[in-house]
Amino acid sequence: MATRLLFDIAWTHVTARVRQTLVGMAGVAMGVGFTIMMAGLMQGSQIDFLRQLVDTMPHITIQDERRSLPTQPADREYGAVRMSNVTNLNNRPGIRYPETMMASLRSWLPGDVAPSVRTTAIIDHGGGRIGVTLTGIDPRVEARVSKLATQMREGRITDLSRAPNAILIGEALAEKLAVKTGNSVVLIGGNGTQVSASVAGIFRSGLKRVDEGQIYALTGFAQVMMGQSGVINELRLRLNDPLIAQQVATQVEAQTGYKSVSWQEANADLLSTFAVRDFIVLTVMGAMLLTSSFATYNIISTITHEKRQDIAIMKSLGMREHAVRNIFIIESALIGVVGILFGWILGYLLCFGWSHITIYNVLTGSNVPLQIYYSPMHYIVAGGVSLACCTGAAFFPARKATRVHPVEIIRGAS
Amino acid sequence: MSEIALQAVGLVRRLEGAISHTLVNGIDLSVGKGEFLAITGPSGSGKSSLLYLLGLLDAPTDGDVIICGQPTAKLSESERADIRLSRCGFVFQFHFLLPEFTSLQNVTLPMRAAGKMSEQEMTERGLELLASLGLKDHANKRPNQLSGGQRQRVAIARALSNRPEIIVADEPTGALDTTSTEQVFGILRDIADSGRTVVVVTHDPALAARADRRVHIVDGKIHGTIEGGHADAAPTASVDATAASS
Repeated sequence: MATRLLFDIAWTHVTARVRQTLVGMAGVAMGVGFTIMMAGLMQGSQIDFLRQLVDTMPHITIQDERRSLPTQPADREYGAVRMSNVTNLNNRPGIRYPETMMASLRSWLPGDVAPSVRTTAIIDHGGGRIGVTLTGIDPRVEARVSKLATQMREGRITDLSRAPNAILIGEALAEKLAVKTGNSVVLIGGNGTQVSASVAGIFRSGLKRVDEGQIYALTGFAQVMMGQSGVINELRLRLNDPLIAQQVATQVEAQTGYKSVSWQEANADLLSTFAVRDFIVLTVMGAMLLTSSFATYNIISTITHEKRQDIAIMKSLGMREHAVRNIFIIESALIGVVGILFGWILGYLLCFGWSHITIYNVLTGSNVPLQIYYSPMHYIVAGGVSLACCTGAAFFPARKATRVHPVEIIRGAS
Repeated sequence: MSEIALQAVGLVRRLEGAISHTLVNGIDLSVGKGEFLAITGPSGSGKSSLLYLLGLLDAPTDGDVIICGQPTAKLSESERADIRLSRCGFVFQFHFLLPEFTSLQNVTLPMRAAGKMSEQEMTERGLELLASLGLKDHANKRPNQLSGGQRQRVAIARALSNRPEIIVADEPTGALDTTSTEQVFGILRDIADSGRTVVVVTHDPALAARADRRVHIVDGKIHGTIEGGHADAAPTASVDATAASS
């Protein structure tokens, strides 16, 4: 059946009902527009959060522990006897031969690796005591594996080398303790070591738990605080593409035998929350698009009801049922396509407008703009789903109407 | 009789339901090529039902309709639609023109549905048909801008657009004034004279008398057949049958 004819008939139907058609198009446009805005907003905020997360922490952390304990000699020698409370053989802290391991990893790693010492400490200042994570770093290579250098608000990362026992502390922690750059604080290590340290700089990562609970020092100082000189208990990796961290971590773990934790694994609970949020958002957006297609359903239902005689005569003239049905699906698609085009414009304008709205961030204490993620995929998916909803909405009234026997209509009209 | 264009064999149409009702009850009928057959009968006698069966608009409960030698009882609805499109033209009591389309667009509708001609050919053919029916100046008018008789003539032009072998008309003059009735019947007469088969349902005995043959239906059965002589009929409206017959 000539498609042009079906299109022409469909066109006359929709253009003959300007008001209804406009209402239908407006419904589709609103659905598509707000879906795009919502998708941009949700993904924007999510990406922004993940960016902060990924920027703040290493993409992969190799720790001086293993996923499962190695088989102990006692187990091997006396397999038939149940052994308990036997001190594990592999109890030596730190990663063995870290330099060799780093050299090996650098040969294939799509990124870089740096050694560090991770321990816990208590920071004591003015009567206030706060437990923190102390990470010993090498300022010369730190920039390769973290964004710490760019997160410095006061001082520089290299200032760690300029004073003895220098530390970098988070902005939130500095506020809590009321310390400034140049002040001295007391650090108490896990083994009771007490050392006076000077604040060489203040950083702000944007993540509260980091800015409140993380401090940095030179590797040697951290080893002193841990009471283990020469020990490197952590290798931190930064990849060119953070999204492949999980695969690379698996490879690294297979190569080194040490537990390698990707940022995804470290934040699995958070990411699973995102997955739930994504599901909810997708459901809401789908509902919005589906609801917007109800206007189209209404219009097509009305047209098919009004055009019963036309349907009958077209069928009697020899047009096949599916061809007549397609007329109404084309009508719906026409309404949908034009509505989608307007929806795209509306969506873009909404995103643009919302990106200029600022919201006060309690953590940073500043007004930050809403993060909007612009993606052609949002437009394609919103348009595609909307078009599918529109044609689907038209299908059922069209099918019902075109199934009517022409003789019944002709007799009724006559 | 000349070559058979349309044949009904033991045609039965029964409406099944709580109360079964037989509309057409075992009709055997042959209509020759170029014959003008009038079907008459009282209201509810089944003449329109018979016509719809003959035009493949409706499917028989039993029996068969043979169109130009092709049995149709076992055809699917789509195949029956194809035959309607290519071999049958329909004219109804109500014109059933698409209200948003012009006369020309309505006339070319079956041609466009068939999709066998170019746009230009279809337009030329449509204009030719309209001109032959005295509607040359109304090609671009919509149905609501035409009189009842003009609308019915557009409907006839539409029925003729795919050059069907058979024209079936259900009370085509039922809603027309005397002048328009004369015109429409004259056109149908001319169509038959040009070699097409015309089957018309009518209540009007005077008009039926101008057909080649009259079949009288009562209670879904053929009650009688009268061979007519249309030469004695009243003069028809002046219509250029050249296009209609082409």
